[in-house]
This record gives sequence, structure tokens and C-alpha cells, in this order.
Amino acid sequence: MGPDVAAPAPNQQPAMRGPGIAFILKKSFISAFVALILFSLMIGIRTLPSESGQLTYITRFPQLAAMVAIVFGGSIIVELLRQWWGPVDTLRIVPPQVQTGLGIARRLLAPMLLIFTFLVPVIFYDQRYILDLAILVLTYVMLGWGLNVVVGLAGLLDLGYVAFYAVGAYSYALLATTFGLGFWECLPLAGLLAACWGVMLGFPVLRLRGDYLAIVTLAFGEIIRLVIINWQSLTGGPNGISGIPRPTFFGIPLTPGENGLAAKLGIDFSPTHRIVFLFYVILALALLTNWVTIRLRRLPIGRAWEALREDEVACRALGINTTTTKLTAFATGAMFGGFAGAFFATRQGFISPESFTFQESALVLAIVVLGGMGSQLGVALSALAMIGGFELFRGFDQYRMLVFGIAMVLLMIWRPRGLIGHRAPSVFLEQSRAISSDLVKEGHG
Amino acid sequence: MDYFAQQLINGLVLGSIYGLIAIGYTMVYGIVGMINFAHGDIFMIGGFIALITFLILISMGLTAVPVILLVVLLVSMAITAVYGWAVERIAYRPLRHSFRLAPMLSAIGMSFVLSNFSQVTQGAQVKPIPPLITGGHSLYEKGDFVVRLSNVQIVVVITTVVLLAIFTWLVSRTRLGRDMRACEQDQTMAALLGVDVDRTISMTFVIGAALAAVAGIMYLLYYGLVDFYMGFVAGIKAFTAAVLGGIGSLPGAMLGGLAIGLIETFWSAYFSVEYKDVAAFSILIVVLIFMPTGLLGRPEVEKV
Repeated sequence: MGPDVAAPAPNQQPAMRGPGIAFILKKSFISAFVALILFSLMIGIRTLPSESGQLTYITRFPQLAAMVAIVFGGSIIVELLRQWWGPVDTLRIVPPQVQTGLGIARRLLAPMLLIFTFLVPVIFYDQRYILDLAILVLTYVMLGWGLNVVVGLAGLLDLGYVAFYAVGAYSYALLATTFGLGFWECLPLAGLLAACWGVMLGFPVLRLRGDYLAIVTLAFGEIIRLVIINWQSLTGGPNGISGIPRPTFFGIPLTPGENGLAAKLGIDFSPTHRIVFLFYVILALALLTNWVTIRLRRLPIGRAWEALREDEVACRALGINTTTTKLTAFATGAMFGGFAGAFFATRQGFISPESFTFQESALVLAIVVLGGMGSQLGVALSALAMIGGFELFRGFDQYRMLVFGIAMVLLMIWRPRGLIGHRAPSVFLEQSRAISSDLVKEGHG
Repeated sequence: MDYFAQQLINGLVLGSIYGLIAIGYTMVYGIVGMINFAHGDIFMIGGFIALITFLILISMGLTAVPVILLVVLLVSMAITAVYGWAVERIAYRPLRHSFRLAPMLSAIGMSFVLSNFSQVTQGAQVKPIPPLITGGHSLYEKGDFVVRLSNVQIVVVITTVVLLAIFTWLVSRTRLGRDMRACEQDQTMAALLGVDVDRTISMTFVIGAALAAVAGIMYLLYYGLVDFYMGFVAGIKAFTAAVLGGIGSLPGAMLGGLAIGLIETFWSAYFSVEYKDVAAFSILIVVLIFMPTGLLGRPEVEKV
């Protein structure tokens, strides 16, 4: 609020309201000029290795002109939109009928979505691609819900969540390939190990807050990845681990042949069975995460998380032990990350450090933040939107992260509090009351 | 001892590069109070622009090394500064009074935008150039071990020192520097006293980006290559340097840069090259836990 005092608000206001074409054109020309400078060398020139290995370059002036023209046109459109819509953070007044309608739709949305999710394998049984995509989306929903405990509920910004995902995946892979343990035995172990790592990360960072915490968790995530890459004797290094056992139906393998589940049930074997089974496994894991989170929110520990998120100093003043509160948040979040990692390993059958880069952490964090930090439904919907959006760029792989970055910046500017949902404490005072002056010396309490 | 001396030289040169990047982090953190996550990628962009300018100059038939160096320096600093300005204008300014996480996430997004932008426009391969500055001096010879100080290393160190002198003058003696220090202490009060806060913050980003561009050029000269991914790791290390020196402190940033450069070089020399990044990141964690104010930083007092 503070520095707003000096912001040239009175000057800006008339320019916003007035439909000054000259103003718009001037602004767009400036944008186009800046774009020309920015892109002159980066787009106008393309460096290429020549036959002899030396770098040469070719010019791409048509592309440069096109980009500058796009910026010019785009900035005219943005300015027009801004005049029509008002400043970025304007609140639109929605008529009450529409509001109640939206309220009903919102309440129905979660059950409808859940029923639809349950039916996905039935509806899309023949479409392997959609099933695979659905499993991927659910994995990210689960990761999002897991990280939501740390970021959304406890308000601890964690940029290294992928480390726990990696710990879970490698725990399962190593336990299964070395000791021959099955998926269902390894799943709790993977979660437990990841939770231990969560506590290990949690201990040193207890004193940090905000940006520092974010950077330390980021460093932690990178350390785990670098150790995985370099500890070749254990993890196979950059080559990863292959031949990770597929999941079994509680001991019964999903393979063709005598012992397979299909043979036991007396139906024809189909590779789709395994996909459908994986789908329900990840759905169950995700729902478990959701259920645990919702239950924890109603317990004292969950309320302590929310208090910690809202104000750490006040939280401490009220006698909440912030150490255990933070550690449990890290451990819980990490445990779900570990579960998801074990599932990832069994689904892929192959893992390598490439799957656990910082981009994954950022993606999961983006899912949580865009989902509205703390809103379970919001996280699920934004995971769907994000992963679905990513799929649209299949085939344009190199543009994918570019568009992801642009979307992240734009969404932060447009809706910094998330697209869907918002974070509200589970418990709050229903109404503010004036307390009788007998109770409080100063008068109003 | 000879080996140690050689590593000392290498470490100081690497540390100069980190220090130049770290100044950008520390300035922005001091004034706006956010980690400019995209700063490492600004450094990478600076390296790329230097590379392209260099190729153009070579193809024009220019051979005088000082002229090439000067032109590359000016062009790269100018264009990268515009990048710094644009990043602040697009991604940070609208979020200045938003909630705590918003600028951080926007900065992460911007970091992806910049690194993938150069991947899309310039390709994912590593871009090598032939060495521009060759030759060197042997300082000390004993048997077959020679302690060498190459000309590139001299150029890197001298450029860093000169730029630091200019920069220190800028911050301590000029109107802009005074405005920057005023904004660092209290933006509202500075604004009331007639400081244009928006302009000052923009200039901070511009100066930070220009210094990062110099670091990019030095990296290009020293290692002879750039790639689109180099900003990420260099960025975290430079941030570590800024934290180690005490975030918000300008001499601290340089000191931290040198320390990180030396630690990384000695670690690679005496322990293992593979784990040098792990060492740097571990230092970040250890420093933040045991010495959150860094070497030259002021303790941060939280007011309720």
C-alpha cells in the first residue's frame, strides 16, 4: 500500500478512461521499438555451426519484422482491452442470481468430476492415449495435493518438491530391483523414506522464511538430482534404472499366461487391463491424499498449519510449536510425493534423473498456486488444465516450456491469487463482536 | 604450492564472474525485496548477444581485438540492459504490491521464458567460438609445472575491477545512486521527498542486467562457449554468493562471488569435479542456516 502514495495515479486515470487513440498508438510504438531492440540479434540472427565446425550465422529479418509487428498489434489489442475492462484488479459486480447459480454449480462440480473420473476407463476403454493422459493428470493432481499441504496449508514455499518425488521413485526402483520386493510392500517404504527426507530438509530450514526458504529447497532439490546423477554405482547415473517391476494386483501379476489375473478371472488377456489398473491405483492414491489432507485440516495440526501460514509470529505467540508444525508439514507433503514417485517408477518401468529436474518442481508449484493455494478442487482443475495444456504442445516440444513460462507470468499478473478457489482458514470468527467493557479494561475488544 | 597458486588464479577469475552476477541479485533484493529469479538467464542472454555480435564483427573482417572487445561490450551491455528493463516492466512491476509469492513465481516464469526463448531462437546446441584473446604469461616455473596467467584472465579481472570502480562511483556519488539508497531504506519516504521510485527501480534492473551482460561476455571469453541452460546454475551460484556476502551489501556480493569461485575451484581441484555444484549448493544451505546475514550484511529485524 505504502509507496502508492507517490504513484502518479491522478495522471493515469484520465488517460485510461479517455479513448485517446494517439496514446494507444504511442504506447504500441514504444513497445514495438523495445521489441525491435530485444529481438534484433536474438531473432534477427541465427547462429549455426558450419561444415568446418566454426560458428556462422544467417539472417532472419522477415521473422524479426513479423515478431515486431505481432508485438505492435498485440499491444494495441491489450491497450484496447484494458480501456474496456479497466485496471487489472477490477472487481466486476456479478448479479446475485448468477452468483447463486455459480454457487450451486460449484458445489456440484466436485462430485460430478469425481464420478466422471471413476468412469473414465469405462468410457475411454479403447483409447489408450486418453487413458495414459488421464494417469498423467492424476499423478500431477496427487503431486499438487501433496505440495498443497506444504505450500497451500502451511505456507512454506517449497521449490524442491521434486526431490521427494525422486526419492520415492528411486526407493521403489532400488528396493524392487535389489531385494525383489513388490509394489505394495515398497509403497509405504517409499513414502516413509521420502517423509524422512522431508524431515531432514525441514530441520535445517526451520529458521528460514519466505524467499530464503524457497532458495534452500531449490538447492536441496538440485543436490538430490546431482547426487543421483553422480552416484553411479547405486543409481546408475544418467542412464537411470530400467526393468522396474510392474505393479501386481496384490500379488497377482497382470500378465498373459497361467498365473495372470486375466487367466484367474477367466477373461481374455488384454494389455489395457494394466493401464486401467494403474489408473485406479493412482486415483486411489490421489483420493487418499485428498482425504488425509481434508481430515488433517480439521485436526489441531491442520489448524496450526493454517495459523502458521497466516502469521508465523502470532502463531508462535499463541503457543503453537512452530518446529513440529513445520516438520510435520514437510514430512506429510514429502510422504505423498514419495507415494507418487513410487507410482511413477512402476508405471514407467524406467527412471532417470532427467525426470526430476527443477522444471517439474516449478510445474507442480504452478499447479498449486494457480489452483488457489489451499483449495483442493482448484488444484485438481489446474492440474487438468496445465497437463492438458501441455499435451496441446505435443510435437512442438521446444515451445512448450516457453509457453508455460509466458502463461505463468501472465496468470500471475492477471490472477495472482490463483485461477480457481482461494485460501481461507478452515476456522474463523463468524462475526466480529463488541465485547462488554466489563471484560476489557480499554473498552472495545 | 604451485598447484595451489594456479587454482587460486583460476578461482579468482571465476569468482569475478560470479561477483558481477551477484551484484544484480543483491541490488534488486536490497531495493525491491525479491529474488530476481530471471537474473541468471539475463546473464545467459548477455552471453548470447555477445556471441552474435562477435560473429557479425568477425564476418565484417574486423581483426583488432580491442575494438572487437569494446564493441561487443557496449552492444551486449546495451541490449541486455533493455532485457532487464523489459523483464521488470512486464513481470515485476504489476506485482509490486501483490502477495508475497506472486513476484517470485512470475520471476520463475520469466526465467523459463528467457532460457527457452534463446533455445527456440538459437538452438539447443552449445555454441563455441574460437579464442579471441590468446597467449599468457608464465609466472613461475618449477620442473614441468608452470603457473600460468593467461591474457584472458587478466582481461577478466581488469574489466571487473574497472566496472566495479565505475559502479561504486555510481552508487555513492551520483543522484541515481542516492535515489537507489533512499529507495532501499524507505520507498514511501523516498517518494514523498521527490524520488521517482518506479524509475529508480527500473534503473536498478538496467544496471544489474548490464553487469550480468559483462559477466556473460567474460564467461564467453574465458570458456569460449555459451548455451541456453547456463543461466540456471550460474544464477543459483551467484545468488549463493550474494547471500554469502550478505544480501543487500554491494561489496559483500563481490566478496561472496570471489569466495564461491575459490571454493568451487578448490573443490574441483582437490576433491571431485562431479560434486562441485553440490558443494556450492551445500554452502548456500549452510550459510543460510548458520549465518543468515552473510559476511557483510545487516541483521534483518522483523517488525510485527
